This record gives sequence, C-alpha cells and structure tokens, in this order.
Amino acid sequence: MSDAAIIRVRGLRKVYETGKVYVEALRGVDLDVPAGEFLSIVGPSGSGKSTLFHIIGGLTPPSAGEVVVADRNVSAVGDSGRTELRRKLVSFVFQKFNLLPNLTARDNVRTALYIAGRPTDPFDTPFLNILDLLGIAGRLDHKPSELSGGEQQRVAIARALATKPAILLADEPTGNLDSRNSLAVLNILRDLNERLHQTILMITHNAEAAAFGHRILHMSDGRIVDTPV
Amino acid sequence: MVFRLVWENVRFRPVRTLLSILLIGLQVTLILTLVGLTRGFIDGSEKRNEGVGADLIFRPKDSAFLSSFSGSPLSEKFIDQLAKEPHVVATTGVVTQLIGGAFDSISGIDQASFIHLSGPFMFLEGHGLEKPDDILLDRYYADQRHVHAGQRIGVLKHDWNVAGIVEPGKLAHLFVQLKVLQDLVNSTGKVSQIYIKLDDPRNIDLVKKELDAKYEGYPIYSMKDIESYYSVDNIPLLKYFTDAVLGIGVLSGFLVVGMSMYMAVLQRTREIGILKSLGASKAFVMGILLAEASALGLGGTVAGIVLSFGTRALMNTLMPASLPQAIVPDWWPWAALIAIGGALLGSLYPGMLAVRQDPIEALAYE
Repeated sequence: MSDAAIIRVRGLRKVYETGKVYVEALRGVDLDVPAGEFLSIVGPSGSGKSTLFHIIGGLTPPSAGEVVVADRNVSAVGDSGRTELRRKLVSFVFQKFNLLPNLTARDNVRTALYIAGRPTDPFDTPFLNILDLLGIAGRLDHKPSELSGGEQQRVAIARALATKPAILLADEPTGNLDSRNSLAVLNILRDLNERLHQTILMITHNAEAAAFGHRILHMSDGRIVDTPV
Repeated sequence: MVFRLVWENVRFRPVRTLLSILLIGLQVTLILTLVGLTRGFIDGSEKRNEGVGADLIFRPKDSAFLSSFSGSPLSEKFIDQLAKEPHVVATTGVVTQLIGGAFDSISGIDQASFIHLSGPFMFLEGHGLEKPDDILLDRYYADQRHVHAGQRIGVLKHDWNVAGIVEPGKLAHLFVQLKVLQDLVNSTGKVSQIYIKLDDPRNIDLVKKELDAKYEGYPIYSMKDIESYYSVDNIPLLKYFTDAVLGIGVLSGFLVVGMSMYMAVLQRTREIGILKSLGASKAFVMGILLAEASALGLGGTVAGIVLSFGTRALMNTLMPASLPQAIVPDWWPWAALIAIGGALLGSLYPGMLAVRQDPIEALAYE
C-alpha cells in the first residue's frame, strides 16, 4: 500500500432535490484512500455510503466539496469528464452483477475493453491469470442466464478488472450471493488486492464482509463517524 | 464490437424484433403496393394503347392526352376525313366509357375497321361481336368476373352476352360495338379518339406535322409521345393520390418505428445504465440505438419487398384487370430510404431520452 492518496475527498456534500423536498445525503465528508488499500465502508441504509460511492465513481456530481480521484478533480468536471473517469480510472462491481444479459461473459468483458479503447482480442496474459484466479476461464462463452450467481459476480469482477482501473468500486458485492459464494468473492477481492495491489473501495451492510478490508469506515446520516452506529 | 452489440440486441428479443420488422415491412408494402398499382394501371393502359398498332392518335379539340378517360366529344366524321389524308392507310374511331370501379372502362369499336388497323383478336373462347348485345372480354377481365363465352354479364346497367374471350393487350379489357355504346351513352355520331395507321412509320413526323397544321387545336400524338405522356406526373389525380399515400406511409412508419424504439429503449434502460457505468459516451449509446433502428429498418424493407410480391399475387388473382400491380424495383431504394429514415427519426427521441438518463436511475430500473 502506498502513502499517496489515490482518493481524496474534502467537505463533500450532496443534496437531492425531489420536488420541494431537499434531502441532504452527504453532510461534509473528508476521506483519504491510499493507493493499494482495500477499504470497507459500512453503514445502515440512508447513511450516505452509496451516494459517496456514486460520486467517487463519477456516476453523479457532488453538490459541494472536492473529490480528487487519481489526480483528477472529479468535482470540477462535467458529464463528459465523469464519463471519461468511468472509462479509464474506475470500475464497478454491483450487488445485482449488472452484466449485459444478451452477451456472453467474454463479450461482456470485450465490451468494457472496447469502450475503454483497449484491444478486445485476444486477452493479455495478466488478464488470463485473473480469469484463472476467478475460476471462470472455462465459462466465458456462456450468457449470464446460464451462469450461477457466484459465476456472474466473478464475471462482473473480471469485466471490472479487464480495463486495469486505478480503483475498483464494489457496491454490496455479496448482497445477492449465498454464504459460500460470498466468502469466495470476498477472498477473490482480497487476493486481487494483495497480488495486484488493486485499490478497492467496498460498501457493505455486512460486518463480516467489511472485515476483509484493511480498514473499515462507518457512515451515519451522511457523515463518517468514529464508531459503528 | 458495435456490430456484435447491435446484432445481439436484435437477436436477444426475437418477438419484439420480428414485430418491429413486420410493422415497418407493412409500411413498405403499403408504399410499394400503391406505387405498383399506379404503375400497373399506367403500364397496362400504355401497353393496350400500343397494342392497337396505330401510329398516331387523334384526340378531341383542346383536350390533354390524359385529361379524361371517358366521354366522346369528337365527331366521327373525322374518321373518314383522316382516312383520306396522304400516307394514311387505316383509321378507326373508339368510344371509351368508364364503368363501375375506379379504373375500369369499356371500349366501343367498329369491329371491321378496328381489325383492319389493329389485326385480328386472338380468341381464347367464342367469337367476335355479331349481335348488338355481344361483348368481348380480355382474359384478365373474364378471370376477374369468372365468366366464359356464352354467359351473360351486366355492364353499364346493360345485360351483355359474352361472345368471346380474347388475349389481353389490345386497347381495353371490354369491347362492344361502337354504335351500341354510342347509343348507350348518348353519344351518337361521336367518338373519344381516332387511331390512325400510316403506310410507313418513317412518315409519322411528316404526317403529324401536316395534320397539326390542318386540324389546328386537335391534339395528335405519336406512340413515342404516348410513352412519355404515360407517367404518374401527367395524371394530377394519381400524383396527388400517390403523394398522399406516401405521406401517410412515411408518417405512420415513423410513428410505428418511434413507438417500437421507445419500447426498446424502455426495455433496455438498465442495459443503457450498465453501458454508461462502463464509461460509454452519449454518442456511443446513441450510435448503438441508431444502428439497431437502421437494422430494423433494413429488415423491414426486405420484409416489405417480399410482401409486395404477395400483394401482387393477390391482386393479380382477385382483380387482374381492375387492379394490376407492377413490381417496382426502382422504388426499392426509396422504400429503404423511407423505412430506414423513419426508423432513425423515430428512434431519435427515445435515443435522446436514453443518453440523458441518469446512470444511477437507469441501473436501478427493474
């Protein structure tokens, strides 16, 4: 793990406006994540962890504050800048896997590579090693509907890593898996972090899952708090 | 990769894809069928006129060639008068009268002079016009009315004896004696036009020039003129009709494709969210949707062309005389342009909605 922060957040606020109702999802978050860290963020529903995740990943803009990801000021860029961030610097693993259902696992990976502007064929050796580590090298020509939940999440992880992102953002990656597959996915994430020094930011409800990270942050009412709520 | 994405999208929902292609195809068929019917009618009329074998056609004073398909405002005294002109070897006057149905007409002929000019009819059944209530039908009309020689049919509120069935391609689908039709339509001594045969086709320009000078105000057409006059543009009613139908076809095609693409975008909200989470730009997502629309438009064009052969078979079976439908390959590119253009335009709005979608909301879409 490096001391240099790959994610730096200062005074981050986010307000959602629904008609005349304003909901303050983040109320001033400060955060530093060193490169190579596996950080778990835990908190109850509505604590703001998903909003923080979405802002760091460039899925939504902040209302105020500064977010710097891999030396890019995400808070200062527009929609196209956030699109570029998603294309080049961050990748997502979601609770619902979010694979393209009409494509095979291989084509899901190739689509991510194509969008990132990387060669789509053949896969390079480091990525083939990742596929071996994930245990899905033999399942690439199957569509998501032909794969188990655990396999689908591994394909999602493979797709996320194919573009060699600076940061892997995992949103409840075990939320839709049974305990055996949950454990396998968490072990894979820890392995990837240890072997490849992949920076991982994982949000979860689950304390056991959070324990796989180097550090656990707790969120409540839109703030990072010192102790679990 | 884009091709693969589009292809897999189209393949993934086969029912929606087939329905979209069919709906677009129906618009294409509608356009090709209506253009084909117009062309078939014009081509049929042209061929039948050419089939008479005349070199010149003499029309009533101040009449445009295709201004009327019916009526007989020309005195039949011109028939003998024209027969005496230099280089003229035969003339025959014809009365043309519209009958029930939009484009059907009956021709009154003087059988002897008509055959002298045009040559004999090719009989498939029966014989020529002998009695006042005899009628000759060409094969198309006989098939359409399911009649044979010896049977009776009603035309112009008159009961006729089908004297014979002849090969099509000569002047009209129905023939009766000139005098009988003149009396029936209160045009005794009048004809609709006079056909003129010359001793040598090389004299056409010369004779036409002389007749133009002598019979000022009476339009005289050569067969070459007829070829150029027989087009939709020279029949204002048909042109408006064709334009209106095309307009409706394009508009309804646009709406159908628009609805189809709107549904497609709704169904794929989550997938669009996934693409955006992978860093796909607005242009990329829009490109995928437009490529898919183009593929559906192209598929619809092919389906429409194939279906237009079906409608032709249907028309030619049910109403070969009244509604002859031509296959119009020169309209296929236009049909493709309309279908693909409609598909692209129709998918623009849902496409714009798709690319503007918030990726978080899109990913949460169930």
